Amino acid sequence: MRLAVENLHASLGGARVLRGVSLAADGAQFVGLIGPNGVGKTTLVRAVAGLIPFEGVVTLDGAPVSAMSARARARAISYLAQGEGSHWPLEVSRLVALGRLPHLEPFHRASAEDEAAIERAISLAGVHEFLGRDVLTLSGGERSRVLLARALAVEAPLMLVDEPVSALDPYHQLRIMEVLRAYADEGRMVVAVLHDLTLAARHCDRLILLDDGKIKADGPPADVLTPQNLRETYRIEALIGEGSEPFVLPIRRAE
Amino acid sequence: MKRHIDAWAVNLSLAALAALLFAASIYVGRGGELLADKFETISAVDRDIAWLILTEVRLPRALLGLLVGATLGLTGAGLQGLLRNPLAEPGLIGASGGAALGAVLVFYSGLAAGTAMFVPIGGVIGAVAALAVLYLLAGRGPSVVTIMLACVAVSGCTGALTSLALNLSPSPYAALEIVFWMLGSLTDRSMTQVWFVLPFMGVGWLLVASTWRALDALSLGEDTAATLGFSMRSVTARAILGTGLAVGAAVSVTGVVGFVGLVVPHLMRPLVGQRPASLLLPSALGGAALVLAADLFVRIPVNGPELKLGVVTSLIGAPFFLWLILRTRREAP
Repeated sequence: MRLAVENLHASLGGARVLRGVSLAADGAQFVGLIGPNGVGKTTLVRAVAGLIPFEGVVTLDGAPVSAMSARARARAISYLAQGEGSHWPLEVSRLVALGRLPHLEPFHRASAEDEAAIERAISLAGVHEFLGRDVLTLSGGERSRVLLARALAVEAPLMLVDEPVSALDPYHQLRIMEVLRAYADEGRMVVAVLHDLTLAARHCDRLILLDDGKIKADGPPADVLTPQNLRETYRIEALIGEGSEPFVLPIRRAE
Repeated sequence: MKRHIDAWAVNLSLAALAALLFAASIYVGRGGELLADKFETISAVDRDIAWLILTEVRLPRALLGLLVGATLGLTGAGLQGLLRNPLAEPGLIGASGGAALGAVLVFYSGLAAGTAMFVPIGGVIGAVAALAVLYLLAGRGPSVVTIMLACVAVSGCTGALTSLALNLSPSPYAALEIVFWMLGSLTDRSMTQVWFVLPFMGVGWLLVASTWRALDALSLGEDTAATLGFSMRSVTARAILGTGLAVGAAVSVTGVVGFVGLVVPHLMRPLVGQRPASLLLPSALGGAALVLAADLFVRIPVNGPELKLGVVTSLIGAPFFLWLILRTRREAP
């Protein structure tokens, strides 16, 4: 699977948020999309998902996503919205099964293949223990894993995840990151908007740092998370651990 | 986990219940009197008259009860799914207000005296006009919230204009006629009216039913539904147009029968679960059963004026609504 974004421009309420973003990604990888608040990370993800109008070209394996049918796009790209939740007290397996909607033929029940995909998503996200429960009775960390399982169940070659670990405790943050890592290791591409730089440094193959609607840096985590980049985009000084146990610990503002 | 009873078992029992109530609606008369003997006596004298009474007097009432109930139940479940709000109701869509206004204008202008069909025709024209205004108000690519606000605005306008018609009504009798009609009733309807509403309801039902999978996807919000392959524009348009046509037609022949669309989906949730798509069919069947039952209830008093159907459903529905709000408040974190 090859994702290519060429000269993407997008606006939100009249304000230009993205100003000429171009990137290309090939094959299985876990891409972290980082940058300060308001630089256009979510807008970029939403544009690729086809949720907002944009100028420029986004292609999957050479086919422009804006020309795809809604169903074909839904099978190719799964999307987990920031702070997604269920409006109804759905039972966990029913919620995960919603991820198969793009694959269901009209007037047909879920096929054996759909059931198998749901089972794989449930086991990958580790939500077996919640089966049979109402999703609204789960804790925040448990619920976000169930919602992630829904996105996994699509089994799309490209999965876009918007801030999957915000508002979670460290244990659940690590679990989510491990699930995303495992999904990418199965041969798919994951693009996740992340705020936790240590998690990004430790789990992603590649980081794309956005600043002011443009790509500031793009490459392996060690090349992107440099003191200079952090100072210029995040306006922070940080302790940066390198080698086998990388970390980024913000220590003060750089004004 | 509390296993939900098999959905088909629920649907079949509800269908059986609706069929039973349908038969009762045909054979039970004023004061709960069973009409089977009377039919026998009449048919012994003249078979044609007995047949005529059955098809032209008894059948339309029962059929309309069935159709209107199914419409209100189905569209209620559909709207609650579309808006992801358990308090949504088909009356919310401006179409029922538009239908009421159209029908009232027919009364007001005195056209109603011409033929019984002018009222439903006026009602459907009113409903379609309200939907057209709604479409213009909502603009291009509106969110569901925008649509709902537009619906409230349209409902408000039609309500105000209906009141104005009452206010300016030439005679107290005309005003009384309008008020009584608006209370909602299935009495003295004809097969012509049944045939008239059927195509509108049929199209409306199909439009609402066609959104079933999208309603499930909408449980996770509009963005997620869009990325699951559903065009929100088309889904919203089908659900609103379908509801408008079916409910507009229902209101134009029976007046306003409130709360059925609100209450029925809630009665069905414990039986078939919370998934919006799985609620559509049971709600349609349950709505039919509820309206037929309420229409049997209004026949019980032997003396005095017959209770109006809309009055009975509101008397049952309003306390239920209150209880629902209290329960929602209790469950809120």
